[in-house]
Amino acid sequence: MTAPSPLLEVRDLVKHFPVRANPLAALWPAAIRRVVHAVDGVSFAIEAGETLGLVGESGCGKTTAGRLVLRAIEPTSGRIVFEGQDITALPPRGLLSFRGKVQIVFQDPYSSLNPRMTVGRMLAEPIRVHRIAEGAEVEARVRALLDMVGLSPEYFHRYPHELSGGQRQRVGIARALAAGPRLVVADEAVSALDVSVRAQILNLFVDLRERLGLAYLFVSHDLGVIRFVSHRVAVMYLGKLVEVSPTAELFKQPLHPYTQALLAAIPAVGDGATSIFDDTTRLLEGELPNPIDLPRGCRFASRCPHRMARCDEAEPDLREAAPGHAVACYLYA
Amino acid sequence: MAQPLGVGDRAFDPEGLGVPGPAAVAAAGSGARGGVRRWWRRFARNPGAVFGLAVFLGIVAMAVLAPVLAPHDPIAQGVGKPLERPSAAHWAGTDSFGRDIMSRIIYGARVALVVGLVAVLLAMVIGVTLGLISGYYGGIVDTVIMRIMDGLFAFPIIILAIAMMAVMGFGVRNVIIAVAVGFIAPFARVTRGDVLAVKEEPYIEAARLAGVGSVAIIFQHVLPNVLAPIIVQGALRVSGAIITESGLSFLGLGPPPPTPAWGRMIAEGQTFIVMAPHIATIPGIALMLAIVALNLLGDGLRDTLDPRMRR
Amino acid sequence: MSGPAPGLEVKNLTVEFSSEDGPLRAVDEVSFHIQRGEIVGLVGESGAGKSLTSEAIMGLIRRPPGRIDGEVWFGGRDLLSLAEPELARIRGKDIAMIFQNPSASLNPVFRVGDQMLEAMALHLPEPRATLRERVVENLARVGISSPRARAHDYPHQFSGGMAQRVMIGMGVSCVPSLLIADEPTTALDVTIQAQVLALIRRLARELGVAVLLVSHDLGIISQMCHRVLVMYAGRVVEEASVATIFRAPAHPYTRGLIECLPRLDGNGRLGAIAGMMPGLRALPTGCRFHPRCPIAEPRCADESPVLRPLATGRAVACHLAGVS
Repeated sequence: MTAPSPLLEVRDLVKHFPVRANPLAALWPAAIRRVVHAVDGVSFAIEAGETLGLVGESGCGKTTAGRLVLRAIEPTSGRIVFEGQDITALPPRGLLSFRGKVQIVFQDPYSSLNPRMTVGRMLAEPIRVHRIAEGAEVEARVRALLDMVGLSPEYFHRYPHELSGGQRQRVGIARALAAGPRLVVADEAVSALDVSVRAQILNLFVDLRERLGLAYLFVSHDLGVIRFVSHRVAVMYLGKLVEVSPTAELFKQPLHPYTQALLAAIPAVGDGATSIFDDTTRLLEGELPNPIDLPRGCRFASRCPHRMARCDEAEPDLREAAPGHAVACYLYA
Repeated sequence: MAQPLGVGDRAFDPEGLGVPGPAAVAAAGSGARGGVRRWWRRFARNPGAVFGLAVFLGIVAMAVLAPVLAPHDPIAQGVGKPLERPSAAHWAGTDSFGRDIMSRIIYGARVALVVGLVAVLLAMVIGVTLGLISGYYGGIVDTVIMRIMDGLFAFPIIILAIAMMAVMGFGVRNVIIAVAVGFIAPFARVTRGDVLAVKEEPYIEAARLAGVGSVAIIFQHVLPNVLAPIIVQGALRVSGAIITESGLSFLGLGPPPPTPAWGRMIAEGQTFIVMAPHIATIPGIALMLAIVALNLLGDGLRDTLDPRMRR
Repeated sequence: MSGPAPGLEVKNLTVEFSSEDGPLRAVDEVSFHIQRGEIVGLVGESGAGKSLTSEAIMGLIRRPPGRIDGEVWFGGRDLLSLAEPELARIRGKDIAMIFQNPSASLNPVFRVGDQMLEAMALHLPEPRATLRERVVENLARVGISSPRARAHDYPHQFSGGMAQRVMIGMGVSCVPSLLIADEPTTALDVTIQAQVLALIRRLARELGVAVLLVSHDLGIISQMCHRVLVMYAGRVVEEASVATIFRAPAHPYTRGLIECLPRLDGNGRLGAIAGMMPGLRALPTGCRFHPRCPIAEPRCADESPVLRPLATGRAVACHLAGVS
């Protein structure tokens, strides 16, 4: 079997947001211009059918990275290659076919559906736009989509306000699938749902992946969710990837001190005898540094229990420390 | 009934065999039909709004059925003795030409309604379109359109209308255009404000990311979600349009005589205000009733369509 | 095994709202107690009534339209029978409450130190100069670095985690005997959450504060609480110590909830509970959970199960529990 190029490849992706949305700011020399370093040189690849979990806390840039992959926002620099084609600079007309192949599921089930459109119309729209079907066939396809996400056909004529959060999220997933994508970006897609509903939707994601051979970029702050749904995990901190690894290995042997702290801080169901919150030595101190004025060296150094002199001089590169397991940390370089 | 959590349960219908969730049950009478009934119930709880609606419908009926309702020909002079007070024969009395005021009021409703509704509709179509474009595209387009709207806002509507009539000449059609121009700016502004908010909602981004074109997004996604406040604005502005039209005809700029128009009837009654007050007063009362009713109706609509309840 | 008098004792607390469809019972005969220094968790999904329970205890529910029945014994008095001025004296001093969103509870136009000072001056007799020192101590105690300088900052200058610490600092500034924390870390990142929760645990230990922790997150409950109450559709369906409830949950809903969790060690398919929690207007007859229950019997639709004790400190509201 010839090694196929990855479905999606992202190289040195950068996104800087100006601090003040001031048209005059463009006149300042770049060195003085203050920017938020949302995504600062991120590279990864996703194979067809693979789920890459992108995890990190707020401000790490994972949501922005997801949006960049979709070209919902324009990168400041870097390349996005999808199915072997460089789509970074594709003009709007060329983007249409790309849009049919890469879709998104949003976090908030309440605001991601048009309140004035019936479910049927909402699902028919991508089908029509991408000419998947025409005329009477459109309705048949919509019903098939509803069935695929576990909604009975009567939901065709319902409005979003008649649906629960979990049902709305199913509609959102159906809409993402309508054009037959190969990659779906799930942007905190289950974070706003109740525990029992979350489990249903996660099961649905996994079932659909198996049925349709979908690849996912699963963005979430919840490591438990990431663990369940991802083949590989990429951990982000302040705009950079700090660790990338197959899922099982990341949770068994986290290498980066940040990943270790993250895992130590998760309140998992315990035995009730001891509490992770009583052993403060394993908990991270301090706050995130300012994403505008970043330190010169490793961005995690200020909170790292293993800080060395090297760490403040220059940023460590993401390097493979074990097969398939990459870390950006001088402890392993 | 309960679904057992068996091993290998594919659970493609985890909602429970197509039984709709409680949210759907609560909104029974699903879809648009149930929605309308709900709205009516909420609307009906407001006595002022119901009164306003009743009077408005009455005025519409009056205008439509004028030939049937009016006891006399409104422009026929001498059907009664001039300046006659309200009596059994002439419920609103007669004016200086001996014309039956009641009939003139009934026919006057036509002018008021036609001008009011058509002018507002025209202003709505133009204003909303400008607001949609301005709000959605932003940037220089937004700035240009909004500054023009600001210019329009600066004119009191009646002055604007007079100026336009002076340029265009008389006639009902020109009255409509003159009144409409004055109301474009408020619609544009209200629309733009709501578009700015709706534009940021995830479902708009979803449509964009699905590849839907801008025009389709504007008219199929944005417009339906900003419609409610626009309709309320429309209802409220109709009364303003009628007042403007009355003002114009009071000044003699309205539909030319002998077409009955409430404003001109008031003007005609000015000279006789001491001798025969009914000539000016009764059309004035009719006008006032119409305005109050329309305002109550507009307020009622606004309360019913309150966005807090919309979800 | 008689312990000290409980810090808080809630008996048959019921919260009802009138609506056009009749009275809606959002909280139905909830009873529990919390000892000093104990952390009790109130867990349930959205709509279960746990936030309303904590608000009812604090007297934060406007009545009308709400109607509250039952007794809430605290400091030898029934809080539900007290008038607002009395309650205001207790609130902030003897009972403190922290919410999910600290920025909503901090006034953005006043400095943080001033807000804390006012809160203390309301309840404590000491002179303001002394209280100013206390403010700095409190800020330091909750882990805010450079507390003296930070006391002069405005709320917007604090990050989410820091603001929540400030809220906790304000809450414990008058050394309350009861702290009610309603989803205190839901809006915070995992590492910051850990700091805040560690702080709450430390304070409970050091100050002997009784804590009522309301959360939907079973993991947090497991790591923070000594005892747990599981709520569903306004009722308590299970009560047990944390060790017991996760080892051997007795109620099918509790079991279902635990199975829904993606465990960090396991894999495979997530257990899921079919359906959704019923809204207040469409409550099922009998046991409120029976339409979703995998072991429901015909009896469950007719009779409402009562919360009955299974062992010391364990209670369950299920016809079929303790049978197998």
